[in-house]
Amino acid sequence: MATVWIPSQMQNLSGGIEQVTVDGSTVREVIANLDAIHSGFRERLCHEDRLKPTIAVVIDGEISSLGLRQKVSPQSEVNFLPAMSGG
Amino acid sequence: MSRKLYVNTTINGEEIEFLCEPRQSLLEVLRDDLEMTGTKEGCNDGNCGACNVIMDGVLMNSCLVLAAEAQNRNISTIEGLATPQGLHPLQQKFLENASLQCGVCTPGFLMAAKSLLDHNPDPTEHEVRHWLAGNLCRCTGYDKIVRAVCDAADVVKETA
Amino acid sequence: MSATSTSVNGNGKYKVIGTRPIRPDGVDKVTGRALYGIDMNLTGMLYGQILRSPHPHARIRGIDTSKAAALEGVRAVVTAKDLPPAGADEVISLVEGTFRLTHLRSNILAGDKVLYQGHSVAAVAATSLHIAEEALRLIEVDYEILPDVVDVVAAMQEDAPLLHDDLTTQEFGEDSGKKSNIASHIQFKLGDLEKGFAESDIIVEEEFNTASVHQGYIESHNATAEWKTDGQLTVWTSTQGAFGVQKQTAGILGIPVSKVKVVPMEIGGGFGGKIPVYLAPQAALLSKLTGRAVKIVMTRTDVFQSTGPTPASYVKVKLGADKTGKLLAAEANIAFAAGAFPGSPIGAGAVCVFSCYDIPNGLVNGYDVVLNKPRSAAYRAPGSTQVNFAVETLVDEIAEKLGMDPIEIRLLNAAEEGMRRVDGAVYPRIGCRETLEQARAHEHYQTPLTGPHRGRGIATGFWMNAGLKSTVTASVNEDGTVNLMEGSTDIGGSRASIAMQFAEVLGLPAEAINPMVGDTSSVGYTELTGGSRVTFATGWAAYEAANEVKRILITKAALYWEAKVEEVRFEDGDFIHASDPEKRLSFKELASHLVDLGGPVVGTGAVDPDSGVGGSFTTCLADVEVDPETGKVKILRFTMVQDAGTAIHPSYVEGQMQGGSAQGIGWALNEEYFYSEGRMKNASFLDYRMPTCLDLPMIETVIVEVPHPQHPFGVRGVGEASIVPPPAAIANAIYDAVGVRLRDLPMRPDRIFSACLEKQAATVAT
Ligand code: FES
Ligand code: FES
Repeated sequence: MATVWIPSQMQNLSGGIEQVTVDGSTVREVIANLDAIHSGFRERLCHEDRLKPTIAVVIDGEISSLGLRQKVSPQSEVNFLPAMSGG
Repeated sequence: MSRKLYVNTTINGEEIEFLCEPRQSLLEVLRDDLEMTGTKEGCNDGNCGACNVIMDGVLMNSCLVLAAEAQNRNISTIEGLATPQGLHPLQQKFLENASLQCGVCTPGFLMAAKSLLDHNPDPTEHEVRHWLAGNLCRCTGYDKIVRAVCDAADVVKETA
Repeated sequence: MSATSTSVNGNGKYKVIGTRPIRPDGVDKVTGRALYGIDMNLTGMLYGQILRSPHPHARIRGIDTSKAAALEGVRAVVTAKDLPPAGADEVISLVEGTFRLTHLRSNILAGDKVLYQGHSVAAVAATSLHIAEEALRLIEVDYEILPDVVDVVAAMQEDAPLLHDDLTTQEFGEDSGKKSNIASHIQFKLGDLEKGFAESDIIVEEEFNTASVHQGYIESHNATAEWKTDGQLTVWTSTQGAFGVQKQTAGILGIPVSKVKVVPMEIGGGFGGKIPVYLAPQAALLSKLTGRAVKIVMTRTDVFQSTGPTPASYVKVKLGADKTGKLLAAEANIAFAAGAFPGSPIGAGAVCVFSCYDIPNGLVNGYDVVLNKPRSAAYRAPGSTQVNFAVETLVDEIAEKLGMDPIEIRLLNAAEEGMRRVDGAVYPRIGCRETLEQARAHEHYQTPLTGPHRGRGIATGFWMNAGLKSTVTASVNEDGTVNLMEGSTDIGGSRASIAMQFAEVLGLPAEAINPMVGDTSSVGYTELTGGSRVTFATGWAAYEAANEVKRILITKAALYWEAKVEEVRFEDGDFIHASDPEKRLSFKELASHLVDLGGPVVGTGAVDPDSGVGGSFTTCLADVEVDPETGKVKILRFTMVQDAGTAIHPSYVEGQMQGGSAQGIGWALNEEYFYSEGRMKNASFLDYRMPTCLDLPMIETVIVEVPHPQHPFGVRGVGEASIVPPPAAIANAIYDAVGVRLRDLPMRPDRIFSACLEKQAATVAT
């Protein structure tokens, strides 16, 4: 099961827990499963069938450009960050 | 609209005639009317040196010279620095030293450096920095520009 | 001339990589032939000018353009009503962030309010520049002046004048519903902060402020647009990303991207500031109305008052360490002045603030704050320099209090592979420690500094670098050269570094490659030149394209020898028949036979490497002399150490390091937007004081090479991280020289002088 780090600003949804392990082979499934445990995650992270443009998903330290379609392995660590870039 | 003035001048060794408005700068006429866009504009108020030309042997910010003042003068611009035989040593050393990044300041620096070497063929690093202090470069931190000018001075001395 | 440049760990593995060929676009740029955006000239072209608000905050009651329109030579005038209306929730997603369409449009032409001095209100096209300027004076705008706010902390207060009545604070995907100038709040948390501080033997806490500074590129913003009667719009402009301009322009004008072709001209500097669109939509509207091409170039004053700057900031940092100097806890509150519209690099600031150190317990709060300044733009490692100034000053204070060497304390805490950052990300292999070790070993650090009022400072910085999409197409010519079309505009010599990576794969000399930058209709999609990504990602695309060319050429060689493809191998730049070693063709020889060998040889590389991997670290050493009579600081010696991963063209890597250093020095000592009554008072190169060559010494460089773990050549990207540590290094050097700590940027002479006076007074008093 992948390890998801819950952003501090979303820990109100997880009852203060900062790490959750969930099943899922893609980011989409991970978010769906997270939402099943702590409801509200999907709404905060996604707009329709995409990650909100203000949010980036980081798998094992790398910002993914595939969004919900990004593959996740059972050993993966998943982080959600504010989207950002350089100059 | 104001009446146009007739101006007869020499640019890079060639006699040139043009008509201009009294309010037009030499930079504007060079770039917009004579289509010599090698001379760049960075500020239009005399503070960056991108528009440097040499007029009767004196380094000038062409944005601060009225086009009408070019009458009977002898002007050198970047377009005249290389010859059909090849690049000027300054140009060659700028390339070898990677002295340009975006390159928009480069024509101004080259004309300023040319004027320096015309006046002082053997400048110290400090003299180079002092002479080029009227030219802004935002990309390079000046290190490689100063080196290129010193290198070029050596070449010019040898071939002189 | 003393200073030198050195390269560490250069591995001698490559033939082309690591050499210093002359850049392919060099001759055009030293002879004045290269055409920049400001050099555009089309037949029958009109000149445009923009009317800008003199007020920082005002309601527009009405605009009367009739007198201007009637002036002889004026061909068209446009205002916000010429732009299509946008729905409140329409957004444009760009690499640099997601923006509300209403915000982008009203930055191009103000709707009901102007939000900063310099805000674009109307645009005019005329037959000459001077007539257009005269016309601006004839436009009458009826303003109702509103209270303004230009200070970031003041703008956050409940009673501050609100810029947007529909702006509410976003909390990581959740709308707080609270009307405020705080557009968003982000937070990162790691470990147990209270416990960390409780276990600390030493705690330091200070507030820091930095002024707005400008990117300061020498070429002004410009755009030339031609809107033809078939509805096709072409824009020629200086930009860091043609596809970004295409997307922004199409979005702002409400037309499909396919209707907009953007031709990127040579670009006279960008540093992040030439990512947003400022003029193309107005030029396009004017062209549509007149049927002529329209060119607009900003004045330098407009560049300062209407574009850039990087956010001013308020940063409060608290650090805790044990007696050995090990950092145990860190807390930061960061507010960035986004300018008139949301979108400062607050996320990056929050990531970078503690990125150089392994600190187990941390909390970061970041605020994106709108106020009456121009919409801020990215500037080299956006957001990192502001926060680095605070942290690196405090690390120095801890070292001093513990009697530790400033490099030793940094090495003790240096970020390393496997470390978890405060935002949760875990580092892969990085070169933070290596830059510190090289700085320590450097002759500069080993040579004692002597003399009165002289001091030495050190600081370490980080920038995360980007990956993103890039395309390269390569086509082999019969004389053995290669045309290489790429989509990354070349600001600092990247044509060379991309061509060199291509050449390396095929064993060709760099000169055999002819790289060109394509427009949006002639090259595959490529994101902006920014995020230190071009040599990394577009270079990666060149590597892929070269490998495809190699594969095709192997089939051509097989065809030539009438052999099986498996029988041909490529070795050392030659194609070789495996069972008959006599049969050997160089790239050039094979190319000369291509006429008889079927279809053309074209290879494409199209990549989207993940970003966030690695990033680049810098450590710098600064020696200063402070004049106690005036407070003026002279830089005596300066060394920049950076992890480049692999340096493709070392001269241009050094160039990035030196240019970033100079910008960091300017940010540290002189540069600022000086405000009075909501208006910038120093909008010229005379009064906005960027370093000249007389202000700087040679800038020594040390290139460290800790290869990027994924990139085919180990490239990391070097464009940005060098701007980050200079302000803190200089602040620490000033302290070492005269014993005063500066907490505000720039460290102007008057500030240093007053701090020295206060210190004297305090010494006398005790
Ligand atoms: S354009 Fe003439 S000095 Fe800047
Ligand atoms: S090379 Fe860009 S301003 Fe000098």
